[in-house]
This record gives sequence, C-alpha cells and structure tokens, in this order.
Amino acid sequence: MINLMQLQRILAMFNARNKEFFRDRAAFGWNFAFPFLIIVGFGIIFGGETLSTFKVGIFPQNGVSVIFSETTIPQHFKNNSAVSFVAISTLEEGLDKIHYHKIDLLIDGRSSENRYWVNDSSPKSYITEQMYKAALQPDDTVAVDRNIINGEQVRYIDWLFPGIMAMNMMFSALWGVGYVVVRYRKNGALKRLKATPLTAFEYLSAQMISRIFLLMFTFTIVWIGADLIFDLKIQGSMLLFFLTFFLGGLSLCSIGLFLAARGTSEEFTSGALNFISWPMMFLSEVWFSLEGAPVWVQNISWLFPLTHMLKAARKVMNEGAGFTHIQLECGLMILTTIIFLTLAAALFSWNE
Amino acid sequence: MIDIPAYNKKMSILSVQNLRKKYGNSVAVEDISFSVRQGTCYGLLGPNGAGKTTTMEVVEDIIPATSGTILYKGRTRDIRFREEIGIQFQHTSLLNFLSVRETLHCYQKLFKHPEELDRLIARCNLDSILHKRNNQLSGGQQQRLMLALALVNKPELVFLDEPSTGLDPQSRRYLWEIVEDIKGNGKTIVMTTHSMEEAEFLCDTIAIVDQGCIIAEGSPAQLITTYCKTNTITLPLSVIENKLPALDIDFSLHGDSVAVRSRNVEETLRTLMAANIELKEMVVDSPDLEDVFLYLTGRKLRD
Repeated sequence: MINLMQLQRILAMFNARNKEFFRDRAAFGWNFAFPFLIIVGFGIIFGGETLSTFKVGIFPQNGVSVIFSETTIPQHFKNNSAVSFVAISTLEEGLDKIHYHKIDLLIDGRSSENRYWVNDSSPKSYITEQMYKAALQPDDTVAVDRNIINGEQVRYIDWLFPGIMAMNMMFSALWGVGYVVVRYRKNGALKRLKATPLTAFEYLSAQMISRIFLLMFTFTIVWIGADLIFDLKIQGSMLLFFLTFFLGGLSLCSIGLFLAARGTSEEFTSGALNFISWPMMFLSEVWFSLEGAPVWVQNISWLFPLTHMLKAARKVMNEGAGFTHIQLECGLMILTTIIFLTLAAALFSWNE
Repeated sequence: MIDIPAYNKKMSILSVQNLRKKYGNSVAVEDISFSVRQGTCYGLLGPNGAGKTTTMEVVEDIIPATSGTILYKGRTRDIRFREEIGIQFQHTSLLNFLSVRETLHCYQKLFKHPEELDRLIARCNLDSILHKRNNQLSGGQQQRLMLALALVNKPELVFLDEPSTGLDPQSRRYLWEIVEDIKGNGKTIVMTTHSMEEAEFLCDTIAIVDQGCIIAEGSPAQLITTYCKTNTITLPLSVIENKLPALDIDFSLHGDSVAVRSRNVEETLRTLMAANIELKEMVVDSPDLEDVFLYLTGRKLRD
C-alpha cells in the first residue's frame, strides 16, 4: 500500500513536472497547435469527403484476399481498376461494414441471383452499384437481388479526429516522457533526486500521472476547439470516448518510460522513439484504413497499443459502440500498461 | 546472530572498509578505508582522476561498490541513511522552469523531517533570488542553492563534492562560513576539494587519495610535520652571492634571489649571521598542505 509520505513525494514530483510543462511556452503551445492545425488543415482540404477508393466486400470468404474462382463475380467487374475487393467472412460482418461506409458495396459471392447490398445514403455506394450492374452487361435482363442498407455516412473528419488525437497523444507520451527522462538522466537531475528518499516507483508514477493529466488536458481543449469548428459527431458515450484515450495514453506513457528506463544518449533514444512511433503511426490506421491490407501488416498493426486505442475510439465515435464492444481493446491497453510499467520500474536507472 | 552495538556519538558516524570500485577492467577505486567521527569535517584531497568523486558517490549510495563495507552509525545503509544525509554533487542539474523557492519546496516535500524554508533561505542567503528560475542563476547562486538542497532535510552527515569550484573569493568565503556553521551544529561533513586553502581551513582530517588509494591521512598540521619538515629562507642574491661557496647550506638560485632550505631555521639563521649576511630582506616560508600534496602525489601533470 502507498503511504502518506509516498503520496506526498509523488505529488511533489507531479507538481514540479506540471509546472515545467506549462511554463515551457514553446512546447506547451506546440502541444495544442500541432493536432489542431492538422485537424483544421485536413478538414478544409477534404471538406468532409471520404478518401477511400471504391471498396467492394465479397462474402463468404475464409482467406485474407478474395478467391474469385469461388464466386460468381463478373469478369469485367473483377478487372475494374477503380475497385478494390475486400474478403469478408460472414454476411453480418459485411452488413456492418457497409452500414458504416467502410465498404461501398457488399456482394454475396456465391449467389446465382447476383445478390448485393448498397448503402443508399452513400453516393459512392450508388456509383459502385452502377459499375457492378454495368459489368453484368451485355445482358440487360440479368436478374439482380438488390438490397438496401441505411447508415449515415461517417465524415472523414469524424473518422480522422480520433486518429489525429491518438497520434498527438503518442508523440506527446513517448517524447514527453521518454526523451525528458533521458535528458534528466544525462544532465544529472535524476542523480540529484536519487540523493533523496524518492524511489524509482514514486518517480515513475509521478511522471506517468503528470503526463496523463497533461495529455487529457490537451485532448479536452483540442476536442472542444475541433467540435466548435467541425461539429464533431460522437455516436457513443463521451465518457467512454474519453476513457479509451485515457487508457491509450497510459499504455503509450508506459512504453515511453520503458524506452527511457536506462538510456543515457538523447540521440539513441530519439532513434528508438522514431523507430517505434513511425510504424505505429502508419500501421495503426491514423490516416487510412487497413481494410484489405495484407494479413501480416494487420498482424503487426495488432501489436501496437495505438491500434487498439483507435479501434476503440472509432467504435465509440463512429459506430456508437458501448463498453462491451470495446472491452477487448481496453483490456489490451491495460495489459500493455502493466507490462511496460513493470519493466520500466525494474530496469530504471537514475545515473549514467 | 551478530550483535551490533548501539550507535553512540563517540563511534564513527561513517566507516568505510576496503572499498573497491571497478568499471569493466578499469579500477576507479583500488582499496580505500577510512572512518569519520561525528561533528568533524573529513576531506578527500587528490589529483584529477584519483578516485575522490567515485569514492564519494559509492559512499553516498549513488553508485554501487564492487566490494567493501560501508557502515553508517554502525549499521549498513538503509532508508534512514537517505533521510539523514545531504549531498552537494560536483555536477548536477535542476528542473529549469522552477523558481528557487519552488525547487526548495519540492525537495522539502521529499523528506520526513525537513528544515524550515525561511531558515534555510536565510542560512544560504537565497532571499534575493527566491523568485529567479533555476536556469537564470549565476554559478555562485547555483552553488548556494545546491548547498541549500543538501541541507533541506537537516542532515546528520553532509557530503560536499568540490563545493567551491568556480566560485569567486567572496562566494567561497561565504560557503566556508556556512560549512563552519554546519560543523558548529554538531553535523558531520565529508568533502572533496582541489583547494589546499579550503582543506586546511575546513577539514579536521584530510586523506590524500591517489590512484584509488589513500596514501596519507591526518590533520593538516600532522600531514605537514610528517611529510614536509623543510622551511625555505629566501634572500636577495646580492647579499649572499660572494659568500655562497664558503657556506654549508642547501640552496638553489631563482633569478635574483636565493632559496635556502632548512630543517632547523634557528641553526641556519645562526650560520648566516656568523657569515655576516644581511638578513633585513629575508623571507621565511613554512611548508603548507600544497607542499605535502605535491610531495606525495608528485609534480607531474595529471589528466
């Protein structure tokens, strides 16, 4: 159990770190400006339109890519370069994806009646349907089984917002914790603290709590600002949305602390942080969906806490998911936090 | 079970036995043993790279020893050690964006029994810089703050690693006054220094360290009488030049003066007077700690 003295020491370090953050005006300003500028920039450039190409889901498929020999998809449609195909295992999965505009058309690959589903709220779905029907030519009399799905389109800004916030959180957590701890170790500030009764656990806890407080503070301010400009649509609970970022922030901070547990070279730490953060940024669906990407890419993506944070956040924001739908992601983020924080505490060194 | 006697003030507050510290194949501290009585100032003197700072940091429990025993108040160091010691490092840093007052307040909160802030501020003369940020302090101001942090927990034992390095004479004298004051309050000080004047002024016992070993130990006076018994009598060359060949003295020429080395000043003076040498411009120099230091560690330049 943590006693009062330990709490006092954690609080002292927490206050000191927060003061540092708020008084470093350049870093403080940039923490707000960076995500805000990206969100505004993308909002203006893409004006709420989705970036994805025409995606057609084919079911039932057991593999990662569509096996066309098992389908009745017309040759012309298969060869259409404007269309990409996504293998879907069940009808339910496919309906879910078309409902949320993750795909533009869903086709029952084994249906002799050319059964398909369109989302009538999506212009892209309509265009894809026309391309599909054209591919069934020359026989105009070919029977089709047209099914309609309703589902409000997710604006790109609503899809992008969690991504930008998560990316900013990742950089802020990794660099704001990892890099700073290494700098303190190198200039002797940690050694000065070691000469007190402060323990590694207390110091790391204070760093973690301080950073998560600052991350959530920044997140809230940028969220309010972006909402005022873009009228962000959060389909699910705001509290749950906040929770996903809180847990994601914890897991990213713990990785930052782990990477900084022993490092003494700012250059090396910088390289290590880049090595972690860049793949995470590109493979965690910050900018684009990995729907239809090779399975090994998706497997790598699954290893990153950023992926789970984003999946959970988008489920809540774009799909209105409740806690039961994101409990796996939440559990994985908590597990990541425990593992990396334990490793960081075990490996932590105060000195060069 | 080993029966450890209860600590009393007549015992050594700090006892170091056969301390050794290696970094890979490089030996920083070969074999160092010493003990420090409560209420005294113990100084470690030595050339660069002698192992003074490494010894200090091992004893402070900042870095681990390779082997050896370190006892604080007769027992191995535990959590009480951290609560009861104060350290001023040679090289360290503080949080940049905090003011002096905030820094003191932050460190105060890390200890169970901290010193009153106002008292600490007055003692280390920090009043005028309380609202300055740590990165805006001059060298002397930084040293005073570092000393205040070392005293923030009313320590029983204070470690000062080259505390006056880079200070102007006024700041150095002020620092010495504070150290004297700490000692006057019954606290114990262990310090390293390059300044012989500082060591002679502050230390009750001095250990001269070279190549990871203590090569001499004692009070400044003891070290001088043990290792440097020779006084130097300096005379203008003009008053003695013609008589030098006839005199039975140990001398050397330095420009227009002659340095006569003597183990018995009275006897040498008698010899000079018997030779009718004018002694009006004579200067007699006694050996000091620097002479001892150079005698023991040599005059060759160290890295």
